[in-house]
Amino acid sequence: MDSLLSIITFIPLIAAAILGLLLRGDDEAAQRNAKWLALVATSATFLFSIPLLLGFDPSNPDFQFVEEREWILGFTYKMGVDGISLPFIMLTTFLMPLVIASAWNVTTRVKEYMIAFLVLETLMIGVFAALDMVLFYLFFEGGLIPMFLIIGIWGGANRIYASFKFFLYTFFGSVLMLVAMVAMYVDAGTTDIPSLLNHNFATEAFPILGITIIGGAQTLMFLAFFASFAVKMPMWPVHTWLPDAHVQAPTAGSVVLAAILLKMGGYGFLRFSLPMFPVGSEVMAPLVLWLSAIAIVYTSLVALAQTDMKKLIAYSSVAHMGFVTMGIFAVNQQGVDGAIFQMISHGFISGALFLCVGVVYDRMHTREIEAYGGLVNRMPIYAMIFMLFTMANVGLPGTSGFVGEFLTLMGVFQVNTWVAAVAATGVILSAAYALWLYRRVVMGDLIKESLRNITDMAPRERWVIAPLVVMTLLLGIYPSLVTDLIGPTVEALLSDVTTAQAEFRADTMVATGEGD
Amino acid sequence: MNFAAILPEVIIALYAMFTLVGAAYLGKDALARPILWATAAVLFVMGILIPTGAPVTVTAFDGMFINDGFARFAKAMILISAALVLVISEGYMLRRNLLRFEYPILVALAAVGMMVMVSAGDLIALYMGLELQSLALYVVASLRRDSVKSTEAGLKYFVLGALSSGLLLYGASLTYGYAGTTQFAGIVQTATEGELPLGLLFGLVFLITGFAFKVSAVPFHMWTPDVYEGAPTPITAFFATAPKVAAMALFARVMHDAFGGAVGDWQQIIALLSVLSMFLGAVAAIGQTNLKRLMAYSSIAHMGFALMGLASGTVFGVQAMLVYMAIYVTMNIGTFAFLLTMERDGQYVTDIQSLNMLSKQSPGRALAMLVLLFSLAGVPPLVGFFGKYYVLLAAVEADMAWLAVAGVIASVIGAFYYLRIVYLMYFGEETDTLDPAPSLVLTAVLGVAAIAMVAGVVNLFGIEGMAEAAAATLVE
Repeated sequence: MDSLLSIITFIPLIAAAILGLLLRGDDEAAQRNAKWLALVATSATFLFSIPLLLGFDPSNPDFQFVEEREWILGFTYKMGVDGISLPFIMLTTFLMPLVIASAWNVTTRVKEYMIAFLVLETLMIGVFAALDMVLFYLFFEGGLIPMFLIIGIWGGANRIYASFKFFLYTFFGSVLMLVAMVAMYVDAGTTDIPSLLNHNFATEAFPILGITIIGGAQTLMFLAFFASFAVKMPMWPVHTWLPDAHVQAPTAGSVVLAAILLKMGGYGFLRFSLPMFPVGSEVMAPLVLWLSAIAIVYTSLVALAQTDMKKLIAYSSVAHMGFVTMGIFAVNQQGVDGAIFQMISHGFISGALFLCVGVVYDRMHTREIEAYGGLVNRMPIYAMIFMLFTMANVGLPGTSGFVGEFLTLMGVFQVNTWVAAVAATGVILSAAYALWLYRRVVMGDLIKESLRNITDMAPRERWVIAPLVVMTLLLGIYPSLVTDLIGPTVEALLSDVTTAQAEFRADTMVATGEGD
Repeated sequence: MNFAAILPEVIIALYAMFTLVGAAYLGKDALARPILWATAAVLFVMGILIPTGAPVTVTAFDGMFINDGFARFAKAMILISAALVLVISEGYMLRRNLLRFEYPILVALAAVGMMVMVSAGDLIALYMGLELQSLALYVVASLRRDSVKSTEAGLKYFVLGALSSGLLLYGASLTYGYAGTTQFAGIVQTATEGELPLGLLFGLVFLITGFAFKVSAVPFHMWTPDVYEGAPTPITAFFATAPKVAAMALFARVMHDAFGGAVGDWQQIIALLSVLSMFLGAVAAIGQTNLKRLMAYSSIAHMGFALMGLASGTVFGVQAMLVYMAIYVTMNIGTFAFLLTMERDGQYVTDIQSLNMLSKQSPGRALAMLVLLFSLAGVPPLVGFFGKYYVLLAAVEADMAWLAVAGVIASVIGAFYYLRIVYLMYFGEETDTLDPAPSLVLTAVLGVAAIAMVAGVVNLFGIEGMAEAAAATLVE
């Protein structure tokens, strides 16, 4: 199984090619075949990823399952996983069959819809598995094309604005990263990620337009990568594309966007920004921490004011991603562990929440909170499941949401108490908007005439959401499932980073004469 | 010995002359179709054969003519793209009653001119090639004599082309005056960094201005949108491909062979041309509703990127420029093949709105265009991205990171108008749709170009290695 990772990555793409080239017609039979083929392909991908998980040695912080082939211009086709990337690959392969199943009711251009999601899956797995910088960029940016089409073709009324905003925002961030990547290649002479991780990029301060850049080239490169990952994440204040994209995207698109695509930003921080530019990270960490704290509080307040369910959850996603960036730039074991955990857990929870919105949207064709109320009377199962994920979103102990928030807060508390304090108020606010949403939609008497005949979740909907229920509870009760997997890799990463940062501090102290 | 070096040029020139005389006596326009196909075949075969020739540099006619790897690479691009343009133009020319037998012959003569351009080792040979190319192009631009727009395009092209030739000649004469020779090999002796005589500097600037006209770099781009719009679509396709390659190759040739010792003196000028072209091309295209005009601005922006490679002044920069041009030409031939399939009720249309919901009506054609558009925008994993990556790398390696940053920002702005076409094809509202794709040839060219954009990810079809060898022979 030398090429297990490539197999996992490219099964969906091959399925997409088969769909595109061989499946003819747009009648009902063809639509059904398209859906089944997509479901089989994504399930097969998941099955193939199980040996990856079982064969992975968590105690080894190096890259495993590495494959390498020649490519153009000194790039290599190099794939591999470590403790940081493996959970994301598993998250992707686990969620995609559910995403396909959740899109079973789509009737317009079904074949193209499935192709778009299959291509997107290949690109997402590729992002997490790539061990060559240019290969990473290819997958990272390539994901924009199918997502642009998913929002634009199958989205809501204002989909065109949303799709353009999504594309141009993320494209702008990424091209700056591209320039930094080119500069890294010129400096280090390689695009191989493991080699780059061992390369020390220059930290000598130099002036640009009269401003002295502390940390020199590292800070500039950090900022260029930051532009890309912060938009992707998204961090305040460049988050504004996300609510638009989420609201307009079809349910399955929202799930993928919230559960997986956003995580590429966090993964990028952990794969590139922090380990490759430790000094740049040190210089910029206070800024990132405060932006995260602002994001948590500000977007939680904004979420309180929303009248659209999807928009509310979108803002809540921004707040939760604030915990992630905060945890990463706390640069300690709890913080980074917590950040990764939070991303995985948010993948399940936000995905489930968007599915929950999708369930009622399919019935009523509105996402306005006003249009609902008292759903518990006719939809008891739905009420229960929605309750669980609302609580998980708030971070109730026993659900996976709690672990991530707690660990990141603990991590950042050791570094910056004020940021931790501000962020902790965000936890309270999240309880406010989530519970209020729940009360307005589910609780109370069913008085609206239009809701009289609403039906509870169908078996298909229950089966789609059941694995997410299991995962949310399982990770909440037994978080070591993830933390054991990521722990050693994070530890190795942090020891490299802190050594480099300590050296830099020592150097600057000598240079400024403070050391004596 | 000397004639062996210019054998391909001689063959094509003789072919063109014999066909011209033969067709004039034998059947005139009745022979137009066979001549078109024969010319395409001759150009294509020559294009395939040229790079396989001996990998040596041969100088002929006392240094007037240089047949090196660089020239051969550029010639192969020129000939193959000219052949493909002829192939895709047949249907349009036939239906519009424009398929005169002179058309393929003029294209062949223009190709000879371009081949002389890229092989020029002397200012006089340069001018000879340039004028042979230009005269043929002036005529084909106004091929539709009954159309005001086409005639206007021809006239505009002629007047501004003459102006640029004048500037170029002025630069050449100044260069000759101060260097004492018209040969590049001699000029390079005088033109050394930092101690360039003032007259030679002026000569250099005027030469660059002339070339900038030919590659339609900002601020010498004004003719491009009008000519692109006015000329018949296949002619526009031709303008967008082979002449651009030739002009860009000539640009590189003169800068490196004649002024290779004074990189610092021309680098800044070209960098400025590059930035201006990228931004103007990106911004001005946003407001266009005619696809041909839009492609004009798109090609201006692309020339800006290619110039970025040249501006770096290194071997790698030339390599990047060649790779970029090869990718650019492929994308453009595909895109113009698409434009030629755009018909509504039997009439050719170029209005952007006519693409509305094309994906519903002919999904294959729309998908191919989608791939080409994302490639033009430089979105990975499509091949267009690698072109951008190469030139960015060249710029950063040459310590011109600011140019790279400017380029990527321009490419984001540029992405908008390519996305707008995608949006019309895929997200629009159903209106009158286009007719089904008329001919197999166009569909095939479009399909192959689109597949190349995806499949090229594997190894860029080996273009990289060839471009590297070619660039190495130019810059020693």
